[in-house]
Amino acid sequence: MKKDLLLFSAFALLVAAAPQLFKGGYLMNVLVFVGINTMLAVALNLLLGYAGQISLGHAGFFGLGAYLSGIMTTTYSIDPWLAMPIAAIVVGIIACLIGFPVLKLKGHYLAMATLGLGIIIFIVFNETVDLTGGPSGLSGIPNLKIAGVTFDSDVKNYYLIWFFTLAVMLFSLNLANSRVGRALRAVHDSEIAAQVLGVNARILKVQVFTLSAIISSIAGSLYAHTMTFISPASFGFNFSIELLTMVVIGGLGSIFGSFLGAALLTLLPEFLRAVNDYDIIIYGALLMVMVMFMPGGLVRGIPALYRKIFGQRKGTGNA
Amino acid sequence: MLEVSGITQIFGGVTALDSVSFKIAKGDITGVIGPNGAGKTTLFNIISGIYHQTAGTVYLEGKDVTGFPPERLARLSMVRTFQNIELFGGMTVLENVMVGMHTKSTSGLLACSFKAPWSISEERRIRQGALKWLDFTGITDLADQKAGNLPFGKGRLLEIARALAVEPRIILMDEPAAGLNSQETLALAALIKRIRDMDITVVLVEHDMELVMDICDRIVVLNLGKKLAEGTPQQIQESPEVIAAYLGDDD
Repeated sequence: MKKDLLLFSAFALLVAAAPQLFKGGYLMNVLVFVGINTMLAVALNLLLGYAGQISLGHAGFFGLGAYLSGIMTTTYSIDPWLAMPIAAIVVGIIACLIGFPVLKLKGHYLAMATLGLGIIIFIVFNETVDLTGGPSGLSGIPNLKIAGVTFDSDVKNYYLIWFFTLAVMLFSLNLANSRVGRALRAVHDSEIAAQVLGVNARILKVQVFTLSAIISSIAGSLYAHTMTFISPASFGFNFSIELLTMVVIGGLGSIFGSFLGAALLTLLPEFLRAVNDYDIIIYGALLMVMVMFMPGGLVRGIPALYRKIFGQRKGTGNA
Repeated sequence: MLEVSGITQIFGGVTALDSVSFKIAKGDITGVIGPNGAGKTTLFNIISGIYHQTAGTVYLEGKDVTGFPPERLARLSMVRTFQNIELFGGMTVLENVMVGMHTKSTSGLLACSFKAPWSISEERRIRQGALKWLDFTGITDLADQKAGNLPFGKGRLLEIARALAVEPRIILMDEPAAGLNSQETLALAALIKRIRDMDITVVLVEHDMELVMDICDRIVVLNLGKKLAEGTPQQIQESPEVIAAYLGDDD
């Protein structure tokens, strides 16, 4: 627990120093996306890695946050800082209402149900042209402002997004190391034993599903305000799968793992641009290698690899 | 303390339990025994709210708790252990027991996430309580081990420690001695007696007759889904019906 907080402090310092190290530039823009994706991966990890419940519809919640914020601030001229919590509450209520029936399902059935949910939301974005602008998207979304400072450059957005990302990470670390986090992991390992000990698994699953959706919605709102343009293509089934991949590659049940997964999957396409059309092959191969040789994700696989190479045998303890 | 009345369970066309009734007195160690397939585990699953019986009623401290889910029964101070120990394998031994304190703590999701002051002091109380139960069952030295790496006998002790952390007034144990060697079984018998001495009523399903005869105050015998006999260990050992059920009839 103490170790987590120490690691978090070091990480926060690194995040704060990064713009000095990279001197702005295009990379800052990519790092904004790393931040947004980290938030989303952490949100999904709370559900998948801790509570053991899969969701293939999280891009939908992300999109709902983005569109609700986008529509409220453009069509209805509501202040972005007000629109964001309203969007989060609305998405939270939707997730809670859907969560009660859907989270009764297990395994493949839950995957199918959340997949359906994501697809429905995607279709709504596409078809309600009057509201969302349809496939051609919604533009002219205002930037966020604090005390006269408009977040309109990559460096400013970097600090804005990472402020939220670090807050989400700290919030999730606290949760993971608490009574509720333990109950979640207990439900994951043996639902029946958790229930016998007095854990109301059903309510707990709905709670974490709702929380996860709310975080995704906030990430969506921030995305809309930094991009100023959104279209349904960003919130489709593919993106749900990408989020799932980030969580699994980073490491299930690890908040820092979610950052590693999000960073890898966001940065990789940028670096693979050099190899043109072959990037997708390298990308696929990497995924296969990861799943075969690092099933615990980067966060557990890298230390294990380090021990293997340098021959340090420190028992079986792992983080 | 606990009363079951007319419990009947029909799976498809098979009658697993046929109108089973008995009462368990407060502070007793009661053994439920019977040959394989007698319906002992089914009965436990019904009492602990995992199955819903076809007919019959369960009373806990005079209250009708028929159909209550397990988490509600835990709050009414009833807890159980499993035949194939159900540990939280990915968590440490200490964390497993800390989950047992769930009903004795209240911090919600937001209080925990924002580290509200009361949640921090509660967390300390949970940790201390859990350490106490590890000490009680004698597995303090394993506190930081992954529960999934424990040998079976230690896992059994952990499951009992975790159940005790709920601070139950009644504990159901499904074959606590299964898979234990003779030394571990002796230690288990002593542990169960210590649990009883804390005024916790103990009900156990068990095949180890030596253990049952040694520690039980009363015994209920099931055979083919029906209650065959009930009484003190002495009475059961002398009961002709029980002997016939276990050893076969003459005719």
